[in-house]
Amino acid sequence: MGKTKDNPGPLSRRPDNSAFKQQRLPAWSPMLTANSVLPFFYIMAVVCVLLGVWLLITVQNTHQLKLDYTQAGSCNICFEKRKVRANANQDCKCTVVLNIGNTFKGDVFFYYGLMNFHQNLRQYMDSRDDAQMMGRTANLKNPSAYCKPYITDDHGLPIAPCGAVANSMFNDSFKLTYHSAEGSPDVHVPLFRKGISWYTDKNVKFRNPKINNETLTQVFEGTARPPYWQKPVYNLDPLDPNNNGFTNEDLIVWMREAAFPNFKKLYGVLNRASKPFTEGLPPGNYTIEISYNFPVEYFQGRKEVIISTISWFGGQNNFLPIAYLVTGCLVLLLAIILTVFWWKFGKNGQNMEE
Amino acid sequence: MEQIHWVRHRCRRLASSRSVRGFYSAPSSQHSERSPELHSTQQLSGKRRTVVARHGPRQHEYHSVSKGCQGNSIRTTKYSLLTFIPMNLFQQFHRLANLYFLFLVMLNWVPVVEAFQKEITMIPLVVVLIIIAIKDALEDYRRYRFDRRINNNIATVYSGKYQRYVDQHWKDVCVGDFVRLSFNEIIPADMLLLYSSDPHGVCYIETANLDGETNLKQRQVVRDLPQQGSEFTPENFHSHIECESPNNDLIRFRGYMEHPNKKRVGLHNNNLLLRSCTIRNTETVIGIVVYAGHETKAMMNNSGPRYKRSKLERRLNVDVLWSVVLLVIMCLTGAVGHALWLWNLKDALFQIPDTVSPALAGFYMFWTMIIVLQVLIPISLYVSIEVVKLCQIFFIQNDKDFYDENLDSRIECRALNITEDLGQIQYVFSDKTGTLTENKMVFCRCTIAGVEYPHEENARRLEVYEQEEVEAVDRSHTLKSHTSAKSLSCKSLSCNRSSVSLHTLTGDAEDEEAPSPNVLPHNAFSSPMEKDVVPDPLLLQKLNCLYSPLFLLRDASLELTYIVDFFMALAICNTVVVSSPNQPRYVVKVPEVSPTKLKSLDDIKMLFQRFGLPRFSTLSPAQATESSHSFTRSLFARGKAPSFNLSPTPVDKGTVAGGEPGAQAITSIKPGLNVARGEHGDQGYEEEDDEEDERRQDVNGVEDNVVILNSGALTGLDNSNKAPGSPGEPSEDELIYEAESPDEAALVHAARVYGCTLRGRSVDHLLVELPGMGSLPVRLLHILPFDSTRKRMSVVVRHPLTNQVVVYTKGADSVIMDLAKSAEGADQSDYMQGHIREQTQKHLDSYAREGLRTLCIAKKVLEENEYESWLKHHVFAETSIENREELLLESALKLETNITLLGATGIVDRLQEEVPETIEALQKAGVKVWVLTGDKQETAINIACACKLLRSTDQLLTANCGSKEMCKALIFELRKEVERRELECGEANEGTSGFTLVVDGRTLEFALEDDLKDGFLELSRRCRAVICCRSTPLQKSQVVRLVQDQLRVMTLAIGDGANDVSMIQVADVGIGISGQEGMQAVMSSDFAISRFKHLRKLLLVHGHWCYTRLANMILYFFYKNVMYVNLLFWYQFFCGFSGSVMSNSWVLIFFNLLFTSTPPLIYGILDKDVSAETLMMLPELYISGQNSKAYLPSTFWLTMLDAFYQSLVCFFIPYFAYAGSDADLLSFGSPVNASALFIILIHQVIESHTLTWLHALVLVGSALFYFSFTLVFSVVCVTCSPPTNPLGVDTLQMSQPLFYGVCALTTVLALLPRLLFHALHNSISPSDTLRATLMEQVNPKEYCRRMQNWNQDQSKAKSLVVPVEDSALTVPD
Repeated sequence: MGKTKDNPGPLSRRPDNSAFKQQRLPAWSPMLTANSVLPFFYIMAVVCVLLGVWLLITVQNTHQLKLDYTQAGSCNICFEKRKVRANANQDCKCTVVLNIGNTFKGDVFFYYGLMNFHQNLRQYMDSRDDAQMMGRTANLKNPSAYCKPYITDDHGLPIAPCGAVANSMFNDSFKLTYHSAEGSPDVHVPLFRKGISWYTDKNVKFRNPKINNETLTQVFEGTARPPYWQKPVYNLDPLDPNNNGFTNEDLIVWMREAAFPNFKKLYGVLNRASKPFTEGLPPGNYTIEISYNFPVEYFQGRKEVIISTISWFGGQNNFLPIAYLVTGCLVLLLAIILTVFWWKFGKNGQNMEE
Repeated sequence: MEQIHWVRHRCRRLASSRSVRGFYSAPSSQHSERSPELHSTQQLSGKRRTVVARHGPRQHEYHSVSKGCQGNSIRTTKYSLLTFIPMNLFQQFHRLANLYFLFLVMLNWVPVVEAFQKEITMIPLVVVLIIIAIKDALEDYRRYRFDRRINNNIATVYSGKYQRYVDQHWKDVCVGDFVRLSFNEIIPADMLLLYSSDPHGVCYIETANLDGETNLKQRQVVRDLPQQGSEFTPENFHSHIECESPNNDLIRFRGYMEHPNKKRVGLHNNNLLLRSCTIRNTETVIGIVVYAGHETKAMMNNSGPRYKRSKLERRLNVDVLWSVVLLVIMCLTGAVGHALWLWNLKDALFQIPDTVSPALAGFYMFWTMIIVLQVLIPISLYVSIEVVKLCQIFFIQNDKDFYDENLDSRIECRALNITEDLGQIQYVFSDKTGTLTENKMVFCRCTIAGVEYPHEENARRLEVYEQEEVEAVDRSHTLKSHTSAKSLSCKSLSCNRSSVSLHTLTGDAEDEEAPSPNVLPHNAFSSPMEKDVVPDPLLLQKLNCLYSPLFLLRDASLELTYIVDFFMALAICNTVVVSSPNQPRYVVKVPEVSPTKLKSLDDIKMLFQRFGLPRFSTLSPAQATESSHSFTRSLFARGKAPSFNLSPTPVDKGTVAGGEPGAQAITSIKPGLNVARGEHGDQGYEEEDDEEDERRQDVNGVEDNVVILNSGALTGLDNSNKAPGSPGEPSEDELIYEAESPDEAALVHAARVYGCTLRGRSVDHLLVELPGMGSLPVRLLHILPFDSTRKRMSVVVRHPLTNQVVVYTKGADSVIMDLAKSAEGADQSDYMQGHIREQTQKHLDSYAREGLRTLCIAKKVLEENEYESWLKHHVFAETSIENREELLLESALKLETNITLLGATGIVDRLQEEVPETIEALQKAGVKVWVLTGDKQETAINIACACKLLRSTDQLLTANCGSKEMCKALIFELRKEVERRELECGEANEGTSGFTLVVDGRTLEFALEDDLKDGFLELSRRCRAVICCRSTPLQKSQVVRLVQDQLRVMTLAIGDGANDVSMIQVADVGIGISGQEGMQAVMSSDFAISRFKHLRKLLLVHGHWCYTRLANMILYFFYKNVMYVNLLFWYQFFCGFSGSVMSNSWVLIFFNLLFTSTPPLIYGILDKDVSAETLMMLPELYISGQNSKAYLPSTFWLTMLDAFYQSLVCFFIPYFAYAGSDADLLSFGSPVNASALFIILIHQVIESHTLTWLHALVLVGSALFYFSFTLVFSVVCVTCSPPTNPLGVDTLQMSQPLFYGVCALTTVLALLPRLLFHALHNSISPSDTLRATLMEQVNPKEYCRRMQNWNQDQSKAKSLVVPVEDSALTVPD
């Protein structure tokens, strides 16, 4: 019954003599002995050191200026004011002064920074609805359950944009003024407030819902603004009507949750169209007029402004170049130790043999 | 092929103390007083089954009777189409790991602890479940297809409708059907044999499908059927059958058939045709189905494959537990951290306003963290291990070195999950016969009536064969080792002062029994080496004396009596089936004696009966024979036989040999009579005087016949006597003996050489050719088969010449000697017997010293009334259903008393090829080899010497004790002795001391008792080898269990026979040798090999590989999981312990499941730390596996430490690189994931010993897969995994140089310590394995030189043990 006739012959069950079946595939075996590892170590050391030096030079050519304005200067008043929640709707403006020693050459980026703000808290992070932000009309008035507890307001109106992330949007605004040394009139430093978000975010992830030919205001009718917002979503940027709604770039930037509790987010990029900013940010005194809205004392946080130029390697961060240098040196040291051992014990593989 | 798989799982009850084969299971209890009626009623009152014919006259009863019986269709599938999913899931959730992950999935559905999307958590579990389910489904489908094929087989079944036999599917066969089968058909269900075309009502079946035994088994038509003899007609079958309920006992069947006249006939196994066996040698057979389908014995025996847990897996489970501990610690950290973080947070204005207290939030966080960090418990590890083991088994099975051309068999892996145990074996327990030796028995020498016949020619011939074989395989050193070992062994024995005289040794000689027959009888028994025995000239001369005048001397004739009886016993006291080569597997039909001859034969028989000397029973038959021979001399001197110069009386001999049945015997009568009278005149022949004249007339009447007949048949003996010169010469005489045991065949062949040829066998007759008498039909009255309790077998025959009832017994020397001792005959014979016993014992001792297997032959003549009374009892025993085994045993014991010792045989069993090399390699590999055998001490020691288990430098410690106290004292003393020697030799070579302990069965029994076993173990632990002789199967398993449990070592048991089954089952790894003794050992084994030498490669190469591969892979898995999970854990410190993860949850889940799962698999399947050749050359490399070097707790923790370090590097370098930047969560996660992937993959490259293109493919493929997946995901996934959104992240990241700068630095820094560690370790103190690998890389010439150096070094280290002279207990060689 079970006798198959397909393999007759006396040696029918003999296994194939193939390299694979007999486990004789040609193979390369990485023998990690001093002999084989040493060249690699030396090469590695040299590469690391060279790379470190190069990166260090690159990073040294960038400039960065940080200013903690939480309680700086006149902002202390505002800070105290924001401690009381009842004052949330009162305006508070303050000014800080900063001095730039060297020219910030090239593109200058203007950031705001927050410290100890856990944008990466899971419950916080999850509280958003990407489908709503994408402009899907079905989701506009029917936000995802992820948005809790900011799905609807007290009246039952759906919040747009819903969720804790949007709700907690950073709402300080900055006005940068350049005081040139020669006593010429103060120049307002022009900033691009658009083009600060990722291309994919601006064009794919964040879209305003489109209903026939309704205006943005009409579209968002029937939704509530997030409870902490002072302005509705369709009126975030009163200056530029195209920068409103979900496509508001400040909102887009804010919605990209930072990886760490201390982070910075792009506020604007220097517009180098006119003098004296064609080369970058010239040295001199600057004042920043801050519309101080964002309270930080609840999370013991700090706020700062950061002005910086970037290289091809990103912003000014000395860690990586130094790390490369240290690694390079470490590898070199190890290589030398290994060489000593190799010289003493394993030269010519004597040790391997006997 | 497949059928073997499902029917193969044979009974495993045949274990330990129970008899190995035969029908007797235990010594009898006293049931004999009960009447048969009482018996059967009592027995069948319990569970039983009644069967009536379905289409017979009792049709009306049929439905009521066979209600509970199953049909013949079988279903071995576990699932049906509908039940597959629920059933399979149910099965799978029996695994703890799966349950754990199910728990996780459910946890994720609890809103407060939900960490990922609900669907994502399910992915790993679902993937694992699907993989396993697919595997199960495929297996089940295969079974289903197979079932269908079986069920649709065609059988010829009697149909009531058509009143004739019609073809039906197997599945339509029902209990009570009559099935007609013809030659070579397979039996569809268990049937009672009702008719056979064979005139004797016999049919032969081959049970190869059932148990792999290919010899023919005889089945018999139910006795006393009303229609016996005539063609069977189902219409007239009025009887009904009562039998036991279906059970799985293949060798037992009990029941009775009740005929309409209320007569009951006992049914037993002999009447039952088992499903899936094949009908052979019989034209047509009709049977009635009693068990069908799943109730058949074949199906009841069909249990699943065995499951063992390997040592590595046990170790693994410990570490999985550690992982759980680690997980709990990490989750607790998370929980406490989160609670504290919330505590410090004054006001959660922007974060989610938590309504719960920090403590409760911490509690929730604990569970969330379990979900987040779930990967720490490697779910995929279990699946991966299974896959890797399957592949390892694939490679083992495909190794061409395990292929045996003679048997056309590969290695067979029956246990799927203990491959790595092969690499950790510390103790090997080996059977001797058939395992170390060929189990090809060759008759070597014999002693008859106290005279030894050394058969020197024969011995020389054997050596020639050996040499030929050796040359054939081109390995000259095998021979050398054989011979040198032999000389060594003799030496060692001669000095063995502590051994007790041999006949005091008792024990089990179960090796001498042959539980099941060989696999390929044609290969095994037809080889010329076993068939041709060169007769001893002296013995031949004596036999020839039969026909010379010399025989008249009284002593000589008495001896001749013994000789003839001896050979007669050799020829018939067995269960050998005779067939001839040109019609294989056909039993040679017993030729019906032609009418004229028959007549004369009857006359002769009558005559000889008269000769019977009741008072001199031991001598009479032989005397009669002998006298008959004597007459032939005078008669054939006148005959016209051709000249024949081998013996001094050539003519006589020739005629004797070629004689036709009956004829010669007849011619010899008259002088025989005279002689008898002349010698024993005083013993009285009163009753026969008056008939003497008549007889003479008859004799004269046939004289003419004789002369004509003998001339044609001369060639027969000519051939067989001269055979050694021309073994291949074909002749009409050539017969093939299929024996259940090789011993039997050897003895039959030996008898044949001396003219005593077994020519045919039917159920109640044997056709035997005797020297001087030609072929005589011998009526076979009973066979009392071999069992291990009695250690002997007997046949009861009606002697063809004397017509007396004669019992021939053949058995273990100890038993027969004891039985013979008690024989009390007439004074004269008693004296003779005493002398013979003494001499025989002496010869037996010397045989054993030569390493021969000994068997004693004895006989007994029963008087008619004695026989009658025994017969009555025996028939009762046979027909009773309950306690039949016991009753039969008792009956046999009753018969086998007062026997007369005839002589003994010595059979040589040669070592298998490469056994010494294998054992030497194993010992070098640090494996302790114990030999457990049922043989005698001397035989065992000799074999041990021959196979280099004992070396010339070894000291032999022998323990033979008669009492427990002695045993205790001896063990103590031996221990002290060993310790003293060890002290002298220094600690340096601990464990390599050359002590060999030899224990006999009785001492072992004492030593295994609770209070002595520790001492015994302590002693044996210090010995390099231990030989246990005379041990029973039970003791074998006890020893294995003792060593395994007490010393906590890995044990391997290897054996070939049913007596090894228990040992094989007990040991961690059981290996069966599919050799001469059937399949029982193979059935119960984990691996089945065909030669002992295969053990070497199996352990040293495959074992080593499997172990290191799997161990490394498991470590790697742990590393991989810990390394990756820690990345997530470190992140918790920056996100308020909230359970956030920096990567997309899809990537997170897939990271383990897809991106990094195949490389470890390849690593586990293909990695080779050392090449096979080197592993074979340097067995020392095996030691690392024994000590679990590859996977120690320390290695585990070191790996964990490294994983921690790597994860720290892999997390914090990107952290510092991105700290304070505007990087978002996923942008940070991107380089972390990528560098983790690089680290994990390159880590494997560092750890790998060999990299083939497959490795490269898989490694590069994995990396590419990760990158393409993330890239595609970041382009396509818009809202596919809320709330995280990877859109554009990775595309952007991977376009930035920073990303690569981070990845490169991370990878280098993370792997630096491991690389450095490897380089330093390998340079300063390279492991043996590495050194061996390095050696491989140099050129071949250099390689050989270094290899020699290495071996010399090793032996130098070992040879420090210097045997110290003299001791009271130990004997240096």
